[in-house]
Amino acid sequence: MTAKALAAATGIDYREHLRLPMMPHILCPGCGHGIVLKALLRAIRSLDLDWDRLAFVAGIGCSSRLVGYIDGCTLHTTHGRALTFATGLKLARPDLTVVVITGDGDGLAIGGNHLIHAARRDVDLACLLLNNETYGMTGGQVAPTTVPGSVSTTTPRGATEPPFDACALVTAAGASFVARGATSLPLELDTLIAAAIAHRGFSFVEIESDCPEYFGRYNRLGRAPEMLQQQRRRFDEVDETLAAKRFVGAPPHAGVPRLRTGVLHERKT
Amino acid sequence: MSQLVQGNEACARAAIASGCRFFAGYPITPSSEIGESMARLLPDVGGVFVQMEDEIASLGAVLGASLGGARALTATSGPGFTLMQEHIGYAALAEIPCVVVDVMRGGPSTGLPTRPSQGDVMQARWGTHGDHPVVALAPYSSAEVFELTSRAFALSERLRVPALVLYDEVIGHLRERVDIADVPLARGERPRPSVGPAAYEAYAPGPDLVPPLADFGRGYRFHVTGLTHDERGKPTDDPAIVGALHRRLQEKVVRARDDVVSVATVALEDAEVAIVAYGVAARAAERAVSDARARGLRAGLFRPRTLWPFPDAELRGLASRVRALVVAEMNLGQLLLEVERVAAGRTHVEPCLRADGTPLTPEDIGTAIGEVIGAAV
Ligand code: SF4
Repeated sequence: MTAKALAAATGIDYREHLRLPMMPHILCPGCGHGIVLKALLRAIRSLDLDWDRLAFVAGIGCSSRLVGYIDGCTLHTTHGRALTFATGLKLARPDLTVVVITGDGDGLAIGGNHLIHAARRDVDLACLLLNNETYGMTGGQVAPTTVPGSVSTTTPRGATEPPFDACALVTAAGASFVARGATSLPLELDTLIAAAIAHRGFSFVEIESDCPEYFGRYNRLGRAPEMLQQQRRRFDEVDETLAAKRFVGAPPHAGVPRLRTGVLHERKT
Repeated sequence: MSQLVQGNEACARAAIASGCRFFAGYPITPSSEIGESMARLLPDVGGVFVQMEDEIASLGAVLGASLGGARALTATSGPGFTLMQEHIGYAALAEIPCVVVDVMRGGPSTGLPTRPSQGDVMQARWGTHGDHPVVALAPYSSAEVFELTSRAFALSERLRVPALVLYDEVIGHLRERVDIADVPLARGERPRPSVGPAAYEAYAPGPDLVPPLADFGRGYRFHVTGLTHDERGKPTDDPAIVGALHRRLQEKVVRARDDVVSVATVALEDAEVAIVAYGVAARAAERAVSDARARGLRAGLFRPRTLWPFPDAELRGLASRVRALVVAEMNLGQLLLEVERVAAGRTHVEPCLRADGTPLTPEDIGTAIGEVIGAAV
């Protein structure tokens, strides 16, 4: 499909909001993060926000690189610290809508302390945490969300540590809007991101994304389409025949309890 | 009207008077009074105070606020200053104005939380990785804390560099009579784009090598990154662009050097021996000079109010005139290395060092003066 035909079919011309001189982008073919970027642009369009009052802040990692491709006020900060910059920006400029993009390593390992404090402060930020269970940028090391048994470059015999449940963590820390979405459920993603941005207070969306290049390859999960199908089976929204099966997804996710997508927690302020 | 003003309080009042409207910090002795004063003062002028979860977050928030257009401040001491190095480097490369005050205590590590030191001089210069420009000012009285904090804001905004203010615990907690109305406020604005949003490039330098900076959320859309970038902010590893960027970052401070470097002197005209000292050590040095003069010894004081960039030219001239330079500082020899580099054998350099958590005394410095004069005679 040409870009024009795509624009006609989806009602949005993504090029309008992309920073074309920044292209080509760095993402690998099949990377799930591109799906999130498009969902974010559609969500912003659905809210009819003023692009001159929008700011995008990110940390370090493949997911964080997304902000550079958005034609807006974009701030690519240091590893794990996006929420600290975003907090300062929002407090100094309450007129701005501030969206934060982070990853599982960025947001939950090196930036974990900033995440729980941002949730506790409940500053009006929308934080999207793209969880692909690995450090893609550095070549596929184990992350705080990696499911036990997974192979990574630093767990060649399989991960052993229990992972974080990011949504439960930020809910306990005080976030007033918490949701989970997935790249395998892209239309729901639009609604969740839009709701997170519209919410006043700290809103958090964990987005299950895929890294075919490392996590997929090391765990023999196939290429992007196969990974998306397997990912889908990890959520409640799977059809009954699949849900009836005793396992969820392919190894290493087989046997892992299924996750719920949608809005998990909301406190109106 | 003069009042008793504590050094740390003078710092906060200078920040407010200089238009600072954002403070993010984390409590740490002996700098906490700066944050406490800002928490009291900022709401009345429409500013924002936030206590963050650590010092990394504090400087992160300051940089975010600065990009939104606010003049922003944080304050800390040694251990926190160590954590802030990450974002001092970010501010240097991404060229975001900010002022960081470091009230120096004994180190390394938790060290001596309530005792003075001057042990962070080299950390201020080289604490963050990579080559980078740094401006660091060193006041020695409450009045000068006020003056140099204001100057730090002016320089940081004008040059788009992190500006550091370094003073020891004694200066931070000293209460002195100050007539704030008499202390000059420095003026310096961040350069603003002269072109419209379509033509704006956030890292295209002006004639003074400083790129104009737009605020986030006022019509200009641009990318800010800690990756090495081209004039549009696009990450690159093109050696020509990378090399030119690093040189420009240094050169913009070198070009403004005469406005940045400031030295105060006492009785240097006929001095045989010059003391080099800053902060509270310079207070002891002033007394040591008058005591030496009373004994008929021709001593003088060279007091850098700017530590970085180091006042090379000013000291070089002096080094060729005096018999000896006595470097008096409260560490095991940090600015000493710079003095030796600049003196380059032109004169004898005598260390007068103390790193035991107590201030240098006039007697310590007097003894050093006596020794070098005795040795030279
Ligand atoms: S390494 Fe993985 S996460 Fe990073 S861009 Fe490639 S596929 Fe995406």
